[in-house]
Amino acid sequence: MFSFIVQRLLQAVIVMVCVAFVAFLLFQYVGDPVLFMLGQDATADQIIALRKDLGLDRSFVIQFFNFLINAVQGEFGISLRQGAKVSRLIAERLPATLELAFVAAGLALLAGIPMGVYAALKRDAWMSQLLMTVSLLGVSLPTFLIGILLILFFSVLLGWFPSFGRGDVIRLGGWSTGLLSAKGWHHIILPALTLAIFQLTLIMRLVRAEMLEVLRTDYIKFARARGLSNSAIHFGHALKNTLIPVMTITGLQLGGLIAFAIITETVFQWPGMGLLFIQAVTYADVPVMAAYLCLIALIFVVINLIVDLLYFAVDPRLRIGNLGGRST
Amino acid sequence: MRNPIGHWLNSDIGHSFKASKTATGAAGIAFVFIFCAIFAQWVAPTNPFDPASLDLMDARLPPAWVEEGSLKYLLGTDDQGRDILSALIYGARISLIVGIASVAVSLCVGVSLGLLAGFRGGWLDTFLMRLCDIMLSFPAILVALLIAGVGRALLPQADESLAFVVLIVSISLTGWVQYARTVRGTTLVERNKEYVQAARVTGVAPFRIMVRHVLPNVLGPVLVLATIQVATAIITEATLSFLGVGVPPTSPSLGTLIRIGNDFLFSGEWWITIFPGLTLVLIALSVNLLGDWLRDALNPRLH
Repeated sequence: MFSFIVQRLLQAVIVMVCVAFVAFLLFQYVGDPVLFMLGQDATADQIIALRKDLGLDRSFVIQFFNFLINAVQGEFGISLRQGAKVSRLIAERLPATLELAFVAAGLALLAGIPMGVYAALKRDAWMSQLLMTVSLLGVSLPTFLIGILLILFFSVLLGWFPSFGRGDVIRLGGWSTGLLSAKGWHHIILPALTLAIFQLTLIMRLVRAEMLEVLRTDYIKFARARGLSNSAIHFGHALKNTLIPVMTITGLQLGGLIAFAIITETVFQWPGMGLLFIQAVTYADVPVMAAYLCLIALIFVVINLIVDLLYFAVDPRLRIGNLGGRST
Repeated sequence: MRNPIGHWLNSDIGHSFKASKTATGAAGIAFVFIFCAIFAQWVAPTNPFDPASLDLMDARLPPAWVEEGSLKYLLGTDDQGRDILSALIYGARISLIVGIASVAVSLCVGVSLGLLAGFRGGWLDTFLMRLCDIMLSFPAILVALLIAGVGRALLPQADESLAFVVLIVSISLTGWVQYARTVRGTTLVERNKEYVQAARVTGVAPFRIMVRHVLPNVLGPVLVLATIQVATAIITEATLSFLGVGVPPTSPSLGTLIRIGNDFLFSGEWWITIFPGLTLVLIALSVNLLGDWLRDALNPRLH
């Protein structure tokens, strides 16, 4: 147990240092901050003075070390394009992305689990067949195309939902939320649906497959022999055992949601971190790119770590023997 | 053997191919797309990149079957009077080239690393598989997007061919993991089989055993994976291009066309987006179906 945690932590730290190194390389090779700050007609003396001031005359290793110290404190400098501190820009955009991801995850779970259970219990019903076929289509459609199609139908043709922005935002301290107003919910539906569809089909198929697997096991047969009611067997025994892998996948997919949010945010002009990153790439805004890179890596590393540990806590089989970790 | 196609159709796989309606249908669609892509110059009604052929008077025409549409432009025109059908054919060509090229790169890298890891074992195996674990814990599209974004920033004066290289590298850097894991798994099984031991006893060099004896026996699953990965790579490319970090705007792929068309969705010109989108889905779906069929056909347990 202990060695497992240490191993995972070590792996997480290595990943973070690698990502930080890439971010550091960005600063090193894209543009010259000294020229940017002083302008084209700076004298040689000024340039040398500023280089010394910024610590750019030090060795590569020391510069990287300084970068790491700043990065750990969330300090990535000033956005080249927007002139504001990067940490503030990201903090402003973070709530929008997180709200979108959580609403999408909720949507995927609330719809996906019942649909999967239904498709497993009523395998041959036409409704199940339809669900499975449609879900196959959902897997082959790229996210951005789903978004465009939803906009075409629900915004352009029917005019039911707005197609861009967050609507009204209410500030709660440092957090800006769109979930407290009707207009905010109105705005979040289409982007959240776009983001949720892929996860929804995934969860549905997973629940169905796991459910079918569990229903074949001996303890289900035994429960039937004991004369338990169908609903007790299906929900008390089968579903409960189905939910372990579902939980793991959902945890991992939460990271996926934040990643795919880049695409959804671009389609719906949703003012989140993903849109910020894409705009930063277009304008070669290095500080913003570097900060996003480190933040997204951190989110993923933390999610993976939590899922690994949760898996470990939930599944007693993992605690004995095989400590090598999860195999996919 | 004189007629390779006839010979192939008469084999086991050929029969299973002819028996499956999905496979023949999907192969037919894929063939049409590949044919159009290769012979784009002759198939496409106009050359969308030739400014002389563009006429602004023809801009934003709807498809031929809608009122105001003209038979000259079957699927309508975009805002610059470019024929959508021609742009589609050239776009599909670029999408297919990028998709196939990145699969080729990731296949080469993944198969060699997987073979090496499985055959050699030891610290190399541990290191490579750990690396795969880490890569797999990030979604492929995110890794591709980050690499494409960073690559774009690191090469600011990137000319067109460099942009293509960055794009292909970014897609293949996410794809090789699948091949490496599959090949490693099969290699671990194969390396203890009798024919490998026999080769070893007769003094064949390890490298030769690896390449000439083991490699041909692990290629089956790789073929299936590669087919499905072409679809994934094409969708990844389209997504990156849609986000503006893909192919250069001067040679638009399907994703770029969708990105351009997206701006006209609200003014009612749906055809500029919908047709490239439909083409993309059709290509991805047909390649996926072909891959599914291939997996079943190559699986001896199903026969």
